[in-house]
Amino acid sequence: MRLKYIDEFRDPSTARALVGRIRKDAGDRPARLMEVCGTHTVAIARSGIRPLLSGAVTMVSGPGCPVCVTPDGYIDAAIALGREKGALLASFGDMLRVPGKTSSLEREKGNGLDVRVVYSPLDAVALAAETRDREVVFLGVGFETTAPAIAGAVRTAAQRRIANFSVLPSVRTIPEAMGLLAADPEIRIEGFLCPAHVSVIIGADAYRPVAEAHRIPCVVAGFEPLDILMGISMLVRQIREGTARVENEYTRVATRGGNRKAQELVAEVFVPCDTGWRGIGVIPGSGLRISERYAAFDAERKFGVPVVFSPEKTACRCGDVLKGKILPGDCPLFGKACVPDEPYGPCMVSSEGTCAAYYKYGAS
Amino acid sequence: MRPSGSRGGSDMCLAVPAKVMERNGDAAVVTLGGVRREISLMLLDDVSVGEWVIVHAGFAIEKLSEEEAEQTLSLLREIADASEIH
Repeated sequence: MRLKYIDEFRDPSTARALVGRIRKDAGDRPARLMEVCGTHTVAIARSGIRPLLSGAVTMVSGPGCPVCVTPDGYIDAAIALGREKGALLASFGDMLRVPGKTSSLEREKGNGLDVRVVYSPLDAVALAAETRDREVVFLGVGFETTAPAIAGAVRTAAQRRIANFSVLPSVRTIPEAMGLLAADPEIRIEGFLCPAHVSVIIGADAYRPVAEAHRIPCVVAGFEPLDILMGISMLVRQIREGTARVENEYTRVATRGGNRKAQELVAEVFVPCDTGWRGIGVIPGSGLRISERYAAFDAERKFGVPVVFSPEKTACRCGDVLKGKILPGDCPLFGKACVPDEPYGPCMVSSEGTCAAYYKYGAS
Repeated sequence: MRPSGSRGGSDMCLAVPAKVMERNGDAAVVTLGGVRREISLMLLDDVSVGEWVIVHAGFAIEKLSEEEAEQTLSLLREIADASEIH
């Protein structure tokens, strides 16, 4: 069937025209761009955009897969909540196979731990309402796109006085990570293709500090092939003209100011904090923790089970993949000790992970 | 993009355009690529039946502007037409 607002943005002849325009603008010096978001990484790999632009644009994949950057200490804390506190765990499906220090939620589920996969944080609230005799902990992992949904679940539980519901938060914010990457001389990014749906919430103007401080063009683009090619074309034009502005290709959904109502809800339930990113390290001000007002719904405080962040000693090079320093194929484990069915590192676990996308679509 | 994840519709990052079919306060029923699903409108004001929204993790996160979509498509068509002429 035809999908409205999807199929129109996949037209092959327009894609060819955009590729021609990008090649013409890039000239003989390839532009080095980063797609920050995992959904872009998958779309670029699936649609074969990287080879189409070979020689004109080098697309480097960024840290925008929330599953991949969630520290192993978070998985350990979730397992402890289930094992030691008897909590029923509710999670998005793509978290289950992420390796912690000693185990994963999937493996523990096989050993009898009660882990339920939910589509929405509100499903976890409903689960808590149905099972009042048990603690239900929602594993609140995500970026700015997911933060309002988690905040909405917390506020709903508070309003309905569902006291056996809480959230183990692992929420991160993208512009702070982009600032860190833009400042890293080893990465040498000349332009950022900014995430579509993070931008829907925070607004395109949220990238202005990064664009201005680091003199780097930022373009918000949708997730369909023509959106991505148009976004790349806008970045290449800015590089050619020597400008470093924030532009928005995805105007049908994302605005300059973002979704104010969602921002207000996030500000009510969360407060900014420093947080660790798996493979990258602690990025100041890049996390959200639950505010004092909703402390009763914060599983870390409620059960005294802290999420401990510690750098890992491992041959897995997810950290360098997440920062765009190497391609997945440069990691010694890629495709050998680390495959989607038996992932060693987090970038191979999530369908949005860079290594998983490269493996599946043979882009490496 | 698909309306649901490859492993049972639970992957977190798949936000897709959906049409609002019914609304009852903050709850709505949408169709996502032919599949009906209940979602929350908590994050939006003034959503009417028949409008398009982007759905993420069970919440509509924004309305889709049909006017802006048409403008982007016409710009893309201009680029395609210009490349055929040259």
